[in-house]
This record gives sequence, structure tokens and C-alpha cells, in this order.
Amino acid sequence: MNIVVLVKQVPDTWSERRLRADDSTLDRDAADAVINELDDYAIEEGLRLQEAHGGEVTIVSMGPQKAADAIRKALSMGADKAVHVTDEALRGSDGLVTSAVLASVLGRTGFDLVILGSESTDARMGTLAAMLAERLGVPQMSFASKVETDGSKITIHRQADYGYDTVEGALPAVVSVVEKINEPRYPSFKGIMAAKKKPVETLSLADLGMDASQAGLAASATQVVSFANRPPRAAGTIVTDEGDGGAKAAEFLASRKFI
Amino acid sequence: MVSFTLNEEQEALRRTVEEFAKGVVAPVIGRHYERGEFPYEIVTRMGKMGLFGLPFPAEYGGMDGDYFTFCLALHELARVDSSVAITLEAGVSLGAMPIYRFGSAEQKNRWLPELVLGERLAAFGLTEPGGGSDIPGGMRTTAQLDGDEWVISGSKAFITNSGTSITSVVTALAITGRTDGRPEISAIMVPSGTPGFIVGPEYSKVGWRCSDTRELAFSGCRVPAANLLGERGRGYAQFLQTLDEGRIAIAALAAGLAQGCVDECLRYAAERTAFGHQLGHYQATQFKIADMAARAHLARLAWYDAAARLVAGQPFKTEAAIAKLTCSNAAMDNARDATQIFGGYGFMNEFPVARFYRDAKVLEIGEGTSEVQRMVIARQLGLRAGPG
Ligand SMILES: Cc1cc2nc3c(=O)[nH]c(=O)nc-3n(C[C@H](O)[C@H](O)[C@H](O)COP(=O)(O)OP(=O)(O)OC[C@H]3O[C@@H](n4cnc5c(N)ncnc54)[C@H](O)[C@@H]3O)c2cc1C
Repeated sequence: MNIVVLVKQVPDTWSERRLRADDSTLDRDAADAVINELDDYAIEEGLRLQEAHGGEVTIVSMGPQKAADAIRKALSMGADKAVHVTDEALRGSDGLVTSAVLASVLGRTGFDLVILGSESTDARMGTLAAMLAERLGVPQMSFASKVETDGSKITIHRQADYGYDTVEGALPAVVSVVEKINEPRYPSFKGIMAAKKKPVETLSLADLGMDASQAGLAASATQVVSFANRPPRAAGTIVTDEGDGGAKAAEFLASRKFI
Repeated sequence: MVSFTLNEEQEALRRTVEEFAKGVVAPVIGRHYERGEFPYEIVTRMGKMGLFGLPFPAEYGGMDGDYFTFCLALHELARVDSSVAITLEAGVSLGAMPIYRFGSAEQKNRWLPELVLGERLAAFGLTEPGGGSDIPGGMRTTAQLDGDEWVISGSKAFITNSGTSITSVVTALAITGRTDGRPEISAIMVPSGTPGFIVGPEYSKVGWRCSDTRELAFSGCRVPAANLLGERGRGYAQFLQTLDEGRIAIAALAAGLAQGCVDECLRYAAERTAFGHQLGHYQATQFKIADMAARAHLARLAWYDAAARLVAGQPFKTEAAIAKLTCSNAAMDNARDATQIFGGYGFMNEFPVARFYRDAKVLEIGEGTSEVQRMVIARQLGLRAGPG
């Protein structure tokens, strides 16, 4: 089975994240970069399916030069090869542009199954799976907490607030996964050493037959027009307990419509 | 030019183990520690990551790494917790390494694959109730050849990893005869569950509370003659190198603990306020943390140097003893200062620094006391022992 896992490098959720003052895009230099947390689960699921069904796991990532670190980590976990799309003109691309670029890459690699995290911790749009499936003309299986396939049919549990739906489709397909699906492995030293020698193909927009006008901020359908920092936490209200502390606390909560 | 910069792969491994320690060990280890439980599920995951296979070749399922990378993993684990670090240290350097180094092809094929994957643990029994520093003087355990079997009698004290449910074998040093009145010492492998091999209950320890440490008794315990590990009569001599290496591993673990104290204090100094200021704004706190960082740095350089010499095939006996002495001092000093910075919370078991405080002391005792390290250094410098 030809499995492609999409991986994105994001700023570490634990470090302070900022938007750039000039164009309201994410300041990717200001924070430590890590692999998007949910992508670890996508990689793990890809590797498990490969272990069960054979074939290859290819990592595809669109991002700046330093996204090579995220790709290296995915390879050290056990993926076979990678494609890195990187181009100055891509900076500021929204979901719509990203999906066009990735669809074009997937057209080159071919695939039986595309796996991705259900959202990234930076933009948190959660729409890429849908856009990709639409562009590729294949079924979209989203929010999977379990994946089973016999190589032609695919069944997932789609996680929901009330439990899960069992959804069935035909391969090829696009599957987005949630955290519940598995426990991602940590790379072993052997994996780390092997990753060095695995092929990584680097592609520019031109390599994909696209030009700068089709990418970046200008080509994006959405734009951040303004932003504000989260207001600093206001001073709390101190309730002095004179035997009626409970009632006063309840009053306060009621006034804020919490109860 | 001398350089102690990690290469790309070493740095990737360091970061992976750091993430593992923070993500998998840190959230649960306090609870295990309070109950004195061996953390089986953590050890299983360490095995899956290949940590037990780091210094072994792929032929036995190992990672093709070296002793330096193994020590690097210990350092990163010990920044978060020493019990899991010592479980790995003893499993590899005392358990599997002697079998890898001195075992016959048959012994290696039988024991190593499971040990290298961390599915099983092996232990090494040198210390006896009557003495650990004075080997062989304090040794009483004997093994006599009876036909094609060894019959072992005696006991061992403080043996790490000897009584877990995944322990497969203990290599015990025993007196197998006398030549010119001097004891002949050999190493004999005793599989867990062998009749006459009695594993005592877990000791109640001050620190390392999630690590498995037991007293062992051998009472007419019989194992095949083929269980001799390495050459007969070379039991102690052949393990001297193992002991020297183990000192570097303990040094790395101690340096990790010293660094863990710095990590915790930096966080706490920014969080905690007293008299209207963050603790970190007081020079008294800053100087303490600066001293701690300096000790952790020197400790790291000391074990890096010893491990680098080992890997390069150069003599490292003196440097290993210096590293163990330096690093365990740093661990003790930093644990004391970190606990002080945390105040009352530093005395509460649920805080990592309290664990560091309890775990630091044994670093001056296990795998050669600080006095023994000084003896080794002095001998290496050419100083000879006088009459009493
Ligand atoms: C938690 C734990 C785990 C351990 N795991 C293992 C294990 O897996 N396998 C194993 O074989 N052992 C193990 N040990 C034993 C450890 O290696 C010994 O405790 C150590 O070597 C010291 O031996 P001892 O306790 O008998 O002390 P002793 O040798 O009795 O020493 C007592 C004191 O006297 C000092 N001393 C002794 N001789 C001299 C001298 N000539 N000059 C100056 N001072 C001297 C020592 O430094 C020490 O301070 C473990 C110990 C602990 C606490």
C-alpha cells in the first residue's frame, strides 16, 4: 500500500507565539519549531498500516527550509522517504493554497491512502482534509480514532461528542486522525541513524508547474486583517467569607451566567 | 581542536530521550515513587525505543550506538528521574554488557536478544553482605564443581534488577577454588527461578525507590557447568573494565540529576514570589543557581571526556574515577541547594527536587564509593598504599 502522511512543522505550543506586525502572518522565527502534535499520530498510523499491509510510507511536507527537521523526525520514526515543498513564494499561503500545492504533490507521488492530523496547532483551521479530498476527488474520512482497511475498502471510527460513527469508504482516500487513535512511537537511535540516508526530494513551485501568483498571501482566499493580543487577565474578585461565602460565590457565578 | 559538541544524531537522540522523560516518565513517576513500585510500563517503552540496545550491535537486535550515546540517554533520563535511569544503567552495563563481552556464542544467543530489547533484565551480583569495596577480601560466596554442575552457596547484597518479574538471569561472582592460598574468582550465570536461588524481598530504600534492589541467597543452588561466564578464575579481572565503564555511566546519571536540579530551580525561581518579588530576582537565589549550573556543566564535561576516551579506545580508568567522584559530588550539592530553593515544597515527596535529594546520596556509594574512586585515582597517580 502506498501511504502518504502529511506533516507540518509548527511553533512549539509551549513557547510564546506571535504574529508578525507587517503582514499578520505567523512569526515562524520567533518560536521553537516542532512537528505538529497530531501529525505524530498520523505518522504512527501510517507506520502501523504499513507493518500490517506492506508498502511504503512517504512523508509530504510544505514549509520553510527548517521544516526539514520535522521531516527528519518523521523519517527517524520509520517512514521510507519524503517530499519537501519549499519556496519563498509560499509564505502566507492559506488552507486553500496549501491544499492546491499538496494535491499537486500527491498527483506526482500517487497514493492509496493519505493520512494527516485533523488540525495543526498553529492555524487550527481543521479544513485541509476536506479541501484535499475534494481536489483529489476521493472520499474524505475525518476525525478517525480507528482505521481498518483490507487494501481496497477502508473503515474508520469518526470521533464525535456522543461517541463515534462507523464510516466506510473505498481506497484511495484521505483520512484525518485524532489523538485517541494510537500512541506514537519515539524514534530509536537506529531510526535516527537510518533517517540520514533516506531520500528527501525537495520541490519548488516551479517543479510543480505552479508560479508565484498561485501561492502565498496574494493568492490566498482568506487573510488575517487585524489581530489583538489576548487581554491580560483582569484582577479577580475577592469574596470575603463572613459565613455566607458559599452564597456569595454562587451569586457571582450566577451574575456571569455560569450557573 | 577539542570539542564536546554533539553531532546531529547524538543531538537527535538526546532530544528524543528528553521528550520521552518529560512526556512519559515525569507525569507518573512521583506516584510510583511514593508506592515504591517498579515502573514496568515505562521500562517496556524504554525497551521499544531501543534504549537497552544502545551500545550493542544490530546482530543482537541492538542500535549500533556506542557507550557515549548510552550515557547521553542516562543523562537525559536522570534530569527527570534516577530510578528509571539506574534501571537502564544496571540493565545494560551490569546485566547485558558482561554477557556480550565474555559470553560464548551460545550464551549470547540465548540471553542477549531479550535483554537488548528491554523485554528482560539481567543483574550482576558482586557485593555481599560482608563487603562491597573489598573484593575479593570480603567475598564468601562459593561455587564448587560437582560433576557437570556448579553448586553455589552464599549470599549477595543490594543487587539491582535482580527480582523484577522480567529478570531472566543474575551473574554472580563466586570463589571457585584457591591458588597459592588466594581465592580464585569466577562468574556464574544463575537463571531466575533456579531451585536454591532465593530472591529476597525488595529493600526499603531512602532513594531510587522505583528501582528493584534485593538480597540474594544461594543455598545448594545447582546450575550447569556451561553457565560459567568467561574464563574460570578471571571473574574479577575480566570485570574490571566493566566496572570502570559503569563508573562513567553512573557519572552521566549523576550529572543528569545535577542538571535536573538546575532545570527545576529555574522554573520555580520565576514562579514563586516572596516579599513582593520573584525568588529569581534575589541575588542569593541567582548565585545559588549559578553555582548549580557551574557544577552541572563541569560534571557533564567530566563524563563526556571519560566516555570520549573510552569510545576512542584510549585509557580512561583515571578519568572514569574522576568523573564519578566529580559528578556525584555535583549531584549531592545541587540536590541540597535545589531543595533549599524550593523551601517546604522541596521536602515534599511529590516534588521532583525532593526525589533528587533522596536519590543523590547513593551516587556516592554505588558502583564504587567516593573513597574507592579516590583510591583508584591515587593508585593511578602512582601513590602506593602504606602499612595500615
Ligand atoms: C541501591 C543500591 C544498588 C546496588 N546495586 C548493586 C548491584 O547491582 N550489584 C552489586 O554487586 N552491588 C550493588 N550495590 C552495592 C554497592 O556497589 C556497594 O554498596 C558499594 O560498593 C559499597 O560497598 P559496601 O556497601 O559493602 O560498603 P563497604 O565496602 O563496607 O564500605 C563502607 C565504607 O567504608 C569505606 N571504605 C571501605 N574500604 C575503605 C578503604 N580501604 N579506605 C577508605 N575507606 C574505605 C567505603 O568507602 C564506605 O564509605 C548497590 C548498592 C546500593 C545501595
